[in-house]
Amino acid sequence: MSSPTGPATQGTFLGMPAVPPRSPYGTGHLRGERSFPRAAHDELGNEQLRRNLGKATHSIRAKRLAVTGELPDWEQLRDTGSAIKTDTMNRLPELLEQLERKVTERGGTVHWARDGVEANEIVTRLVRETGSDEILKVKSMATQEIGLNEHLASQGIAALETDLAELIVQLADDRPSHILVPAIHRNREEIREIFLRHIPGVDPALDADPARLAAAARAFLREKFMTTKVAVSGANFGIAETGTLAVVESEGNGRMCLTLPEMLITVMGIEKVLPRFQDLEVFLQLLPRSSTGERMNPYTSLWTGVTPGDGPQEFHLVLLDNGRTAALADRIGRAALNCIRCSACLNVCPVYERTGGHAYGSTYPGPIGAVLTPQLAGMHGAKNDPNSSLPYASSLCGACFDACPVKIDIPSLLVELRHQHTEQSGTTAEKLAMKAAAAVMKRPGLFTAAQKAAGLGRVPAGRDGTLSRLPPPLNGWSDSRDTPAPPKQTFRSWFASAEGAAAMRAAAEEGARHTDDAPHTDDAPQEES
Amino acid sequence: MTATARETVLRRVRDALALSDGPEVTVPRGYRTGRSLPDEERLALFVDRLVDYRAQVRTCTAATTAAVLAEVLHTHGARKIGVPPGLDPAWLAGFDGETVTDSAEVPAPSLDALDGVVTGSAVSCAETGTIFLDGAAADQGRRALTLVPDLHVCVVELSSVRTGVPEAVAQLTPEHPITLISGPSATSDIELERVEGVHGPRTLAVVIRTDR
Ligand code: SF4
Repeated sequence: MSSPTGPATQGTFLGMPAVPPRSPYGTGHLRGERSFPRAAHDELGNEQLRRNLGKATHSIRAKRLAVTGELPDWEQLRDTGSAIKTDTMNRLPELLEQLERKVTERGGTVHWARDGVEANEIVTRLVRETGSDEILKVKSMATQEIGLNEHLASQGIAALETDLAELIVQLADDRPSHILVPAIHRNREEIREIFLRHIPGVDPALDADPARLAAAARAFLREKFMTTKVAVSGANFGIAETGTLAVVESEGNGRMCLTLPEMLITVMGIEKVLPRFQDLEVFLQLLPRSSTGERMNPYTSLWTGVTPGDGPQEFHLVLLDNGRTAALADRIGRAALNCIRCSACLNVCPVYERTGGHAYGSTYPGPIGAVLTPQLAGMHGAKNDPNSSLPYASSLCGACFDACPVKIDIPSLLVELRHQHTEQSGTTAEKLAMKAAAAVMKRPGLFTAAQKAAGLGRVPAGRDGTLSRLPPPLNGWSDSRDTPAPPKQTFRSWFASAEGAAAMRAAAEEGARHTDDAPHTDDAPQEES
Repeated sequence: MTATARETVLRRVRDALALSDGPEVTVPRGYRTGRSLPDEERLALFVDRLVDYRAQVRTCTAATTAAVLAEVLHTHGARKIGVPPGLDPAWLAGFDGETVTDSAEVPAPSLDALDGVVTGSAVSCAETGTIFLDGAAADQGRRALTLVPDLHVCVVELSSVRTGVPEAVAQLTPEHPITLISGPSATSDIELERVEGVHGPRTLAVVIRTDR
């Protein structure tokens, strides 16, 4: 059944599985320029960032808990969501082919892209064929990941972001720092400055009231919505059974882009497919409640191919690999592909809360980014690859696992990734983890406090009633002695006790002494010492 | 011959699955489905959720629909409204402004000149306060119509309001263009402060008909 493959794989036996390639090195936004501890240290200097982030994550967190608590079947929905995604990954080839067939039957055109470079070329060619040199964008992680806007700009095509936060980021020539609220690191005064400087014809008397700032963006974009002929979007879901695509949003900019232009190009990662239309009933409950803490987001658009007389009369779907198959070939990556990008794990993460999204260097920040990014793009793409520091950008407190609507066990995946990395680099995980922890939390005492606040509930006591192994970064300490734990107590409650806290403090202090005490000043990448 | 991108990606997916086999799963469906609530409870829940999203809500009967719609439009100063071609004209019998019937030939930018739009709806979900518009239905119209004008007055039959999301999704025709609306357009992108009406309608007024 295997078709002839390219020259690169000639000589292998037909049917013998080859490891799929990672996202190619040096393209797109799946790798920062500095290691996490180094970048985190710089971000920590930004007081504004930390204040904004703290406020944002705490308020979304509270809302999320309220609306998930409202549903008595929340845990069942999580189980179903998780199982649907696992089932999807198992059946990915047939589901992708079915999606392609359905979209084509309904008048759409499906393209396949091995990597970001290829996806960028496809989009560029499609836009060129229309004769347009400007397009509208709906906020999309996939197009950010592949650096579509930058590529289009290099080809003389202007791509305008229409999500308010993305627009702010774009006008300021900045980078998004949160999956859901990308401009969360900016306050209203800064946004006013950005608008005054970059929106043509804006009222010079514009003040910093959020409603008036939003109105200024509305006025600026409205004319663009009415006149631009091509829009590019991502997709939250693509239904194999029917060929239906779904975009979930709040502002209506998505609806504008999906409806008014003549041509719509949707770039979708191959992991976003769902088997059945009915599956939407699960994800339309899980996603908004986890993401913004709302019962439902203001707008969701569902479309299937082309509808005569309604919406774009030309529709292209670009199915993107770009390292996803490499992730799929790995147990860790495979679990990470289940992510529906709700950002709940970011909002509960004590490390993310202190560093913000930029420190992760990737389109995908936070706990899930620390897993997904190395899986898509690798950890050894360069000497001292910044991605190899990402598995240490976590205190392993477990809050992300509890928050995840599709039950991705991020802490366990991070531990495994650390193991994979240290096996290859010959250094020790706890040393690197303590460097990251010390960089993020400045003082180890803060680190332990953060862990305590979040609850470290992940380590069972051994049969003899002692905790012989603490999770990294604390295992450097526990390796050399046994931590007593009352057998009937859970680790979580032991951890919350005065005794547990004292033990953790001792561990962190000791760990910090092992990190050469130089995480803040060392300019050289700090892993692989 | 080199492989196409399609062949390559599908081969990679198959290779990946051969290299790491995931656990076989049967999808459990233990969450709540097939729920129903008596009319009054459903109505109360739906109204509560709509108001929470800052939609404006009125109820009416078949006999008072025209009067209530006229009043809602008057309250918002709407003089020129758009309607989809299949909207029941009797609903607007009390409206004394100008009514423009939409069609695919009307250029979308000209919808900007309308003060508002009145449509029906396909189905709603009480628990989330969500209204589903079916773009293929004659009384709901193409998607641009409910998007460009600043005021959307949406008529909902109480009999079409379902209790939860699964019950509502089951009523849809997947291939139709469908828009889910929960309150007016909103953003929280600036310091997480909620602002209504960014690009979609700034006002959503829902008129619930309790009988036919
Ligand atoms: S890993 Fe889970 S919690 Fe984090 S963004 Fe993805 S789906 Fe949401």
